Amino acid sequence: MNNFSNDLLAAAPEVALAIGAMVLLMVGVFVGGSEERKGRVVLPMALALLLAVGFVVPRFDGAQSAFNGLFITDDFSRFAKVLILFSAAIMLFLGTDYLRRNNLLKFEYSVLIIFATLGMCMMVSANDLIALYMGLELQALSLYVIAAFRRDSTRSTEAGLKYFVLGALSSGLLLYGASLIYGYAGTTQFDRIAVAVSDTDAPLGLLFGLAFFIAGLAFKISAAPFHMWTPDVYEGAPTPVTAFFATAPKIAAGALFARAMIEPFNGIQADWQQILAFLAICSMFLGAFAGIGQTNIKRLMAYSSIGHMGFALVGLTAGGEQGVQAMLVYLSIYLVMNIGVFAFLLTVTRNGVQATQIVDFAGLAKTNPASAAAVAVLMFSLAGIPPLAGFFGKFFVFGAAVDAGLGWLAVAGVIASVISAYYYLRIVKLMYFDEPGEPLEIVGGIEHRIAWGVAALLMLFAVAPFEPFNGLGAPEAAAKAAEALLN
Amino acid sequence: MDELLREYLPILIFLGLAIGLGLVFLIAAAVLAVSRPDPEKNSAYECGFNAFDDARMKFDVRFYLVSILFIIFDLEVAFLFPWAVSFAEIGDFGYWSMMVFLGVLTIGFIYEWRKGALEWE
Amino acid sequence: MTAAEVLPVLAFYLFSGVAVTSGLMVVVARNPVRSVLWLILAFFSAAGLFVLLGAEFLAMLLLIVYVGAVMVLFLFVVMMLDVDFAELRQGMSEYLPLGATIGLVLLVQILFGVGAWFASESAPTLRVQPAPSDVQNTAALGNVLYDDYAYLFQASGLILLVAMIGAIVLTLREREGVKKQSIVGQMHRTREESIAVVDVKPGQGIN
Repeated sequence: MNNFSNDLLAAAPEVALAIGAMVLLMVGVFVGGSEERKGRVVLPMALALLLAVGFVVPRFDGAQSAFNGLFITDDFSRFAKVLILFSAAIMLFLGTDYLRRNNLLKFEYSVLIIFATLGMCMMVSANDLIALYMGLELQALSLYVIAAFRRDSTRSTEAGLKYFVLGALSSGLLLYGASLIYGYAGTTQFDRIAVAVSDTDAPLGLLFGLAFFIAGLAFKISAAPFHMWTPDVYEGAPTPVTAFFATAPKIAAGALFARAMIEPFNGIQADWQQILAFLAICSMFLGAFAGIGQTNIKRLMAYSSIGHMGFALVGLTAGGEQGVQAMLVYLSIYLVMNIGVFAFLLTVTRNGVQATQIVDFAGLAKTNPASAAAVAVLMFSLAGIPPLAGFFGKFFVFGAAVDAGLGWLAVAGVIASVISAYYYLRIVKLMYFDEPGEPLEIVGGIEHRIAWGVAALLMLFAVAPFEPFNGLGAPEAAAKAAEALLN
Repeated sequence: MDELLREYLPILIFLGLAIGLGLVFLIAAAVLAVSRPDPEKNSAYECGFNAFDDARMKFDVRFYLVSILFIIFDLEVAFLFPWAVSFAEIGDFGYWSMMVFLGVLTIGFIYEWRKGALEWE
Repeated sequence: MTAAEVLPVLAFYLFSGVAVTSGLMVVVARNPVRSVLWLILAFFSAAGLFVLLGAEFLAMLLLIVYVGAVMVLFLFVVMMLDVDFAELRQGMSEYLPLGATIGLVLLVQILFGVGAWFASESAPTLRVQPAPSDVQNTAALGNVLYDDYAYLFQASGLILLVAMIGAIVLTLREREGVKKQSIVGQMHRTREESIAVVDVKPGQGIN
């Protein structure tokens, strides 16, 4: 029993989220009034819960495994959880305005976001193939529902359905791979798989399982060639949902990917390195080329995220402490940039309709110089132009790749990032040098301006004169996390 | 044949019997029965009118909701079987484990109830 | 060979033969409702195969959950969608090559998986946890599911809860102007508010 209370303590953030979500569900159905009123009552509570858990997580210390080794809490999982919880809270908060405008503010939205966040926390803390799958499924199921949240829009329903069908397919691949791994290793626990594969040459069947497993994970992280769902889902889902998709789940999937590769399979790194390098190259180039022809900003952001996941995978491909650290730093920077961009996208309307076409932003610099400047900074950073944080993210992952003897991968990455710079810079050009059409309206409250302003400032922080790049301690924390993962 | 399969032998025999009997009836009907079809006999009878349209019609989406809620509780029940079988083994912890599980689904049940998903309007 | 040895083999070929045939019929049947019925037969045979493997509980689950519930849902869905069956079949020949390729790829993968199993000498040594032979299938699950794997068990409870919320959020619609029965309201009616004694004058009626 004493053992069990220790377990519960180790999983306190998850337990709090689970109980909190159920309490909020009950609050939602027992509070009187219209759907919108219920939504307005539950949403601040959900925010408070996410933030509270987010503040509590870093207070824990050390590594501990719980529930018979199914669950692990260490610096790595805490690093990812802090990012996940705060980005979920920020996105929930920033989306409120949009939801209210479009009559989507139901209390289930907040509850499902909490459940998705809980699933993500379980993913990054999973120390077992089954635990990994349960977390993944809890997260995915909540995300399918909120993708189709706007029921009377065919696009949203289509997005939800596509996401569901392809997500189910990827879960199938993942499970098939996991069952092969289990068949050959005789255990589902990561540390014991590591023992099973270390003392012998990995049998062919296990490598097969590993390939399927990686394919399933690649689906979840939307790495090419398993990216097909991303653009349609990003475009079809309501914008706050897209904004959520672009942030927390990516971090969770990335961190999960790292743990699922490094912890059980570090001994056979040579075997998965090639697959990951292939995924990274495909994603970087697909993100770079397919983004060029896009006219819809949400689709563009989808291809951008595919490309960025490719860059993050470069870090994981390099492996080792340095590689994992680079990946985590990259993901953190990516997160901040996306929060900024989506905070902006959530608020721009034209004649009361959400502006989603790229040409809508033409001439923004004349009507809204401050926001245009912030967006320009974010775009430069997404493109990886030197003094900004986006550049340092790429610098870290390419550095790790070069040190791991994968110079060619770094070269490919540089080429891809130069190509992808085209479409980011095109947006900047549109904003600054093209004639405005009908003026854009920025309908969001002050919180949106603060969000994209702060994101832009964070990107500029990289050039702060007193230190080359301190990034608010992110690289240091990431190094600690990577160290925890590898030992 | 091991012990487990021997227990299933009656079911196998029963299955064989059912398949055999079904086949016998089908074949007997095909061979022995008088069958002289004509278009009038095969057409749907609708009080002397010609058939208006297909007998198939769209089901209401509410049927779907009811059946998916049923599946969820069905799965919940599926978890109860192994629990009941090894109830003596798993002790207090196993008991409370199941109670928490049922509690979570009771929350879901209250949600359904309050949302009016169980009402048939 | 004795009957005791032949019977399981016979049953295996019976069930797998029926499973493969009905699986094929699911794809080629003209009427989707019949496809669903074939699918039920396929699940049923799969349950038989599970019993032959000694996985009683899985066989039970297949019958209770899949045959009993999921297939009913499938039937509802097939009936809910007003599909033009002739039109649905038209694409068949177009998709056949793609489908066949995917099937072939899966087959090759299974062959590789099984082949590697037999080929790899180290595989048996990697299996660190042999399945216990003296405990019954369902009991073996029950012994570990609720305490050793309590974490996963509770997680599955949460997943079911999310599924419930999702189904309601996506499909429940409030209808306007529907008359509902209010049982509490009915019970709280009193004689005074529902009955009045009116003195009706002859030839006038009540106005």
